[in-house]
Amino acid sequence: MTLSTDLPQPSAAEPQPSAAEIAGSNALLAVDGLTKHFPIKHGVFFQRQVGAVRAVDGVSFSLNAGETLGLVGESGCGKTTTGRVVTRLLEPTSGKIVFDGVDITRLGRSRIRPLRRDIQMIFQDPYSSLNPRHTIGTIVGAPFRIQRAPTEHGVKAEVQALLERVGLNPEHYNRYPHEFSGGQRQRIGVARAIALRPKLIVCDEPVSALDVSIQAQVINLLEDLQSEYDLAYIFVAHDLSVVRHISDRVAVMYLGKVMELTDRDTLYAAPMHPYTHALMSAVPVPDPNKESRRERILLKGDLPSPINPPSGCVFHTRCPKFREVLDDTEREQCTTVVPPLELRAEGHFVACHFPEVRADIAAAEDEGITLSESPDATPGEDPAPAEH
Amino acid sequence: MSDPREATLGTAAIEFIPESAPDAKAFLAVRDLRVHFPTDDGLVKAVDGISFDVERGSILGIVGESGSGKSVTSQAILGLHTGTSAKLSGEIWFDDKNLLAASEKELRALRGAEIAVIFQDPLSAMHPYYKVGAQISEAYLVHNKVSHAEARKATIAMLDRVGIPNPAARYEDYPHHFSGGMRQRAMIAMALVCQPRLLIADEPTTALDVTVQAQILELMKDLAKELDSAVILITHDLGVVAETCDSVVVMYGGQCVEKGSVDQLFYEPEMPYTWGLLGSMPRLDRTRQARLTPIAGQPPSLIQVPKGCVFNPRCRYIDRVPGNRCKTEHPELVETTTKGHEVRCHIRPAERRQIFDNEILPSL
Repeated sequence: MTLSTDLPQPSAAEPQPSAAEIAGSNALLAVDGLTKHFPIKHGVFFQRQVGAVRAVDGVSFSLNAGETLGLVGESGCGKTTTGRVVTRLLEPTSGKIVFDGVDITRLGRSRIRPLRRDIQMIFQDPYSSLNPRHTIGTIVGAPFRIQRAPTEHGVKAEVQALLERVGLNPEHYNRYPHEFSGGQRQRIGVARAIALRPKLIVCDEPVSALDVSIQAQVINLLEDLQSEYDLAYIFVAHDLSVVRHISDRVAVMYLGKVMELTDRDTLYAAPMHPYTHALMSAVPVPDPNKESRRERILLKGDLPSPINPPSGCVFHTRCPKFREVLDDTEREQCTTVVPPLELRAEGHFVACHFPEVRADIAAAEDEGITLSESPDATPGEDPAPAEH
Repeated sequence: MSDPREATLGTAAIEFIPESAPDAKAFLAVRDLRVHFPTDDGLVKAVDGISFDVERGSILGIVGESGSGKSVTSQAILGLHTGTSAKLSGEIWFDDKNLLAASEKELRALRGAEIAVIFQDPLSAMHPYYKVGAQISEAYLVHNKVSHAEARKATIAMLDRVGIPNPAARYEDYPHHFSGGMRQRAMIAMALVCQPRLLIADEPTTALDVTVQAQILELMKDLAKELDSAVILITHDLGVVAETCDSVVVMYGGQCVEKGSVDQLFYEPEMPYTWGLLGSMPRLDRTRQARLTPIAGQPPSLIQVPKGCVFNPRCRYIDRVPGNRCKTEHPELVETTTKGHEVRCHIRPAERRQIFDNEILPSL
């Protein structure tokens, strides 16, 4: 890939914590300063590059075997692109991806192929991710054929065992995708992904196209498979409650950058980044009383363009804290200096100049416990006496 | 067929109300609405006997999974099934007028002016070749005898009201110039420019990010209050319902299985399907559960609706009803001990509450 000189170079000078710093050194996957810029070209013959969409702009994280890392953020924050670059479905612009001790960032086609056994993907749309002209047997058996993986009792037996494992009828081997519902199709996608016992599966919004009751079935299946085969997941999703349910650690992304990265419980009980606060407070919770008591941080406007991201902290244009709390010198810092992803507490990385712990009523762990015991502490509103 | 009733209503004094008119005369009263589609494979009972009321200034949520009949219900209210193969029966009383019996001409006068709709996907709901402003003012021009300049003024004011910065300049933009959230704002402006008394929002925030969803829901609530409109909000997200609605209809397999105020539905739900919905969502406001409790199985086929209770193939509690009635007898929608709370379930009310308190609530 040739890059012309006028391309804004990835911000290499920014101090980013190395992947090893973020987690243990024996991580299964270590991603360091990963960037993916999609060039924008003008002209017919000599395509001049006039800019770049900075989809992923310096992302670092690591993942241990058997662990789930959630990537959350609004659409356009680069979470899907990150997933695709990690699986090498897209070429990274710069940065480093180390999988199982091997630097896979620039591996060629033939050298990446054996790796596909270990890194698999589950896609969002169960309708477009299965070839409508292939039977389920062909689809789920494809990994065995492509990788020439030896099977004990033949591919068919293996595929039928897989179908059974994901909760489908093995006799449906010869059926076509259109004969299945959305939830069942997603199970087929899962069966295909686990066929060769990978070590890492990138799940790109695997449940967002499904109905709530079916969502829970697929989430439970993913969790069971994880403990059974010691799978590591990168779980890309926009739904914060689903991410909280399935992840061990969560990275919150905004405009191609990681804003906050920590373990699940800390992130949801004591988030530090103003963006995380806003994101969390925007999630509606299925409890009318809590909803009415909740203080919602409304973000103004839309996501800025990743072609020309704001200077300094990319979030400052929408940051409620920047707008309401900070004084002029502090604002100056936000608009000029890019906040590095820094360790602010044990295992808690935040990319903000002025982080502060602020728990949302809905996410407060302790409060959640008391509230779930009796939905209402307020007398009169308690459903128990009203019922009997 | 509408003429005799219309005539009676038109000429008679107020106390003379035809028997079939809704008792308490809610602003919008849907009675026993059925929408069936004949197909080659059989009759699809998309909506099969649904009734509800909506008052002005209140928001009714219709919740259900895909294929439960939510959107078909709203299309029936708008009269969008006329001219199709759909077979409709029942009554939809809007302001003392039965919409199902109304002529296309009458419906056209209502659509946009009195009843407006916000669709899920604003990009496909707007015409890509026309300017956003022109599309909004067209709705205004159709229903008001005003000049183009006045329509433009009203449109710009509406765009401003829905929070589009620099509305006069954005009037000239095409839909693709707008971001998802702004397009949905423009959709809301288009729906509300004639100040309708009934607003139907069909999954208005499903395509949007949570932060934008919060803005849009807030805006919809404010505007509905301002105009004193009745709102029907169709969604699959119980969180959105808790945040916005006053009352809720839970639909499953084309039928209403539970109906009540939001408080009744979230704090004392009695239908096993509602329990299932609540149990299968991971929740931010509760301690993280080790495991979700999904509803087993698949939603029913609307051609071969299960015999007996429509939910019985997926219900975990059919053994609580003696005599296998869940599989043989279709349960009626019956009011529980609390007023306004109706449930379609064979389990005895006392036992339902016991199951909820002892088995469901602790695991939520």
